[in-house]
Amino acid sequence: MAEEIILKIENLTKRFGGVTAVDHISFNICQGEFLGLVGPNGSGKTTLINLITGFVKPTSGKITYRDKEITGKAPYTIACLGISRSFQMVRTFHKLPAFKNLIVPLYSPRVKKFGGGKYGERDDIAIDLLDDLGFERDSFVPYKIAGSLPHGYLKRLDLARCMALRPDLLILDELFSGMTMSEVAATLPMIEKFNREGLTIVMAEHRLKELFRVATRIIVLNFGQKIADGPPKEAMGKEEVQKAYLGSEVEG
Amino acid sequence: MPETVRYRKERIDRGIKARSDTIYTLSSYRDMLYLLLPRFLPIAALFCLPLLMGSSYWGKVVFYSCIFALLALSWDFMASVGLVSLGQALFFGVGSYVAGSFNFYLKWPIVFTIPVATIGGALICTLLLFPVVRLRGVYFSMVTLILPLLFDHLIETLEILGGTHGLLSLTPFPNHWLAIYIAMIAVVGVLFGFRRLINEDFGLVLRGIKDDDRVVMAGGINIYWYKAQAIFIASAVGCFAGALMTHYYQFVGRSAFALDNTILPLAGAVLGGPGSFAGATLGTFILVPLSEALRGIGGLRMALYGIILIAALAVLPEGLFHYIERKYHQFERDVKI
Amino acid sequence: MEILIYGITNSVTLALMAIGFSLTFGISGLANFAHGAFFLLGGILTWIFIHQLGIPYFLSALISITLVGLLGFGLYWGLMLRLRGLAINEVIATLAAAIVIIEVLRYLGFSGFTYVLPEFVKGSVQIGESWLDYQRIFLVAIGVALIIFLYIFTHRTKIGLSFRAIAQNERTAISLGIDSDWTAALSLSFGSALAVVAGLAILPLGSIDTQMGYDILISALAVGILGGLESIPGIVIASIILGFGQIIVATFFKAQWQTVVTLAAIVIILAVKPSGILGKYKELEERV
Repeated sequence: MAEEIILKIENLTKRFGGVTAVDHISFNICQGEFLGLVGPNGSGKTTLINLITGFVKPTSGKITYRDKEITGKAPYTIACLGISRSFQMVRTFHKLPAFKNLIVPLYSPRVKKFGGGKYGERDDIAIDLLDDLGFERDSFVPYKIAGSLPHGYLKRLDLARCMALRPDLLILDELFSGMTMSEVAATLPMIEKFNREGLTIVMAEHRLKELFRVATRIIVLNFGQKIADGPPKEAMGKEEVQKAYLGSEVEG
Repeated sequence: MPETVRYRKERIDRGIKARSDTIYTLSSYRDMLYLLLPRFLPIAALFCLPLLMGSSYWGKVVFYSCIFALLALSWDFMASVGLVSLGQALFFGVGSYVAGSFNFYLKWPIVFTIPVATIGGALICTLLLFPVVRLRGVYFSMVTLILPLLFDHLIETLEILGGTHGLLSLTPFPNHWLAIYIAMIAVVGVLFGFRRLINEDFGLVLRGIKDDDRVVMAGGINIYWYKAQAIFIASAVGCFAGALMTHYYQFVGRSAFALDNTILPLAGAVLGGPGSFAGATLGTFILVPLSEALRGIGGLRMALYGIILIAALAVLPEGLFHYIERKYHQFERDVKI
Repeated sequence: MEILIYGITNSVTLALMAIGFSLTFGISGLANFAHGAFFLLGGILTWIFIHQLGIPYFLSALISITLVGLLGFGLYWGLMLRLRGLAINEVIATLAAAIVIIEVLRYLGFSGFTYVLPEFVKGSVQIGESWLDYQRIFLVAIGVALIIFLYIFTHRTKIGLSFRAIAQNERTAISLGIDSDWTAALSLSFGSALAVVAGLAILPLGSIDTQMGYDILISALAVGILGGLESIPGIVIASIILGFGQIIVATFFKAQWQTVVTLAAIVIILAVKPSGILGKYKELEERV
């Protein structure tokens, strides 16, 4: 199976004053992969995601997406190329109904180009999408004001917002944080389904058990450096990784 | 045994509010009246006013109120995107001068000068303000504050566009009624237009930008382009107001760029309630007649606006309109038990 | 030669006007539009103390500076605190305060030739073919001293560094124990006091006019926008550019064209580098 590389990251570095958040990281992502991004807090996961999606400009290095260089481009340009991301801190429009929260991606040039962004249709598309993600249409959940929904729903709303953009590459930043076990159990199959249908997914996560069930490849970061890259067991088995997570006092 | 009739208090809108929030099932004419009356009455009253007052002094005041209401609405629209303008006088002045210049130097009739002033003026203003849109919000406020004051200086010292004397003897409106009804229709049109627009998808994107611009960017929307569009729309309304005033006065001078033309709409909008376009209208329709009535104290009026502004911000941030709205919904009546 | 003298004086004057505003803004992100009003107020208060209450110059100056500084502090505690967080309201509130102060003063009639502040040092000295007032030298001296002092203060002393910490990242600063409210209030009072100091140095060269309340603000904003609001070096550079630009235009063209210089500078900088010459505002703030 010819694996098409869609995202190339070459020697990416980001320094904030004296702190090096991302230190000369290089790797490639292939079409259809399910990549897990793990590492202790402060290891640079979110910064890496910000760099890829354009929210932070790199100090040096190059990012190429499908042969187009996207280093340092504006977030909305990168989003319109098909890279969609979720946020670690829940950022929804609290005063609007849930389905109206999806209005922004549905209004974007990308979705307009794909069709289905016409007046009146957007609302239906939004409700359908939410229904697919577990917001029961019949119980009028999509119509509820976002601020009144529990945390787990808001996380899924963020996911819906990402999917509404018709992404080519989906980057999830700690989606499962704050979700209950049952919510995770309900959401994970959906994400798997998206991956099976061809969507390339990157998940930065702390909940490793669930992640290892679906991810085919894991990249481990520590202090901004890549210390492992491979299938889950192999990556997590490395001594360096164990030390990073558990501290060097743990024996063998 | 004598029966004592007891009463309890019940909110008039009990039932109506629950029903009309999600689905519009109004079950009686009384319900409809409750909802429609507060919307209908002021507008009807507004349109009747000129008939009562004619072209008397107070008729002019109604006209001024409409003009400043337009400026306040323009401010409110930009505030909905998160752009706080401290220079409505910029739009007003640019619109006034474009209309006045085309009329004075090129002898164009009103029918042409007003549209040209609206669109052309909006283009000028958007081009001036577009570069600052990328920076922090405060920069926008600073630039809007400083530009009209600089233009004022410029016109005075360079003696261009009429200089200190201004451009005189411009073409008036064919008759007074036309002017005032155009102004009124404009106010009502812009008011309802903006309300509609801000609740349409386009408006939601704008409000999203104000709320959280990062999420909006992650959704593929170029926030700067949308901010520019908002500026264009708002400045068109402001320039239109300026153009109207020019032809009403038959004069345009550097006073068009004066701070008064910024502060009055600002105070009106803040007093009425930022974000509610009806509030902006309400606020200006209170302040303009008040200002006229207080003509005697001259310059202190500005100080008064300042005080009203501070008071409104500190004491009633939601604005008069929302306050009245809340109270209206809280009317109670006695119901027999 | 004259151009050099007036150029330097003008530049330092502009810098003095801008520095108070810039300091407040740089530290607490608060754009104090009442800056010009405080400048004016300081001058008028000093005049009242000297001419109507007979208090000697030094004492009057000191009292004015303290009073306006306190007023700035009070403005923050009384007003801003209630509005903090809603950026919209902060901006409007300072402007509203400015207007109230200026217009009330205007109404009370504090304009005209009777309202003159005494020079710090009387007399003048001859340099080459032109006469140079000692007051102007004093002004330049104070200006330069102040700028150097402020630069050292914000870059070296503990308080100054905590100021800058807040400016850069409020949350972190708070978690490190720096009280951001106190600091913001202090920055406001500092900036206001500086406005009065500037006034005391500049006003003796002319007479007081309430319109100054706005004009000073415009100058301060222009310098700030041109040079980058957060950097003291930026202010210096912008003041020099504007200061000399204005004088050159006034000498070789018409005196009134000074405003054109200011306006042109702003328009150009907005088109080329909106954050100012040495502006540190990245266009996309890293706030994720």
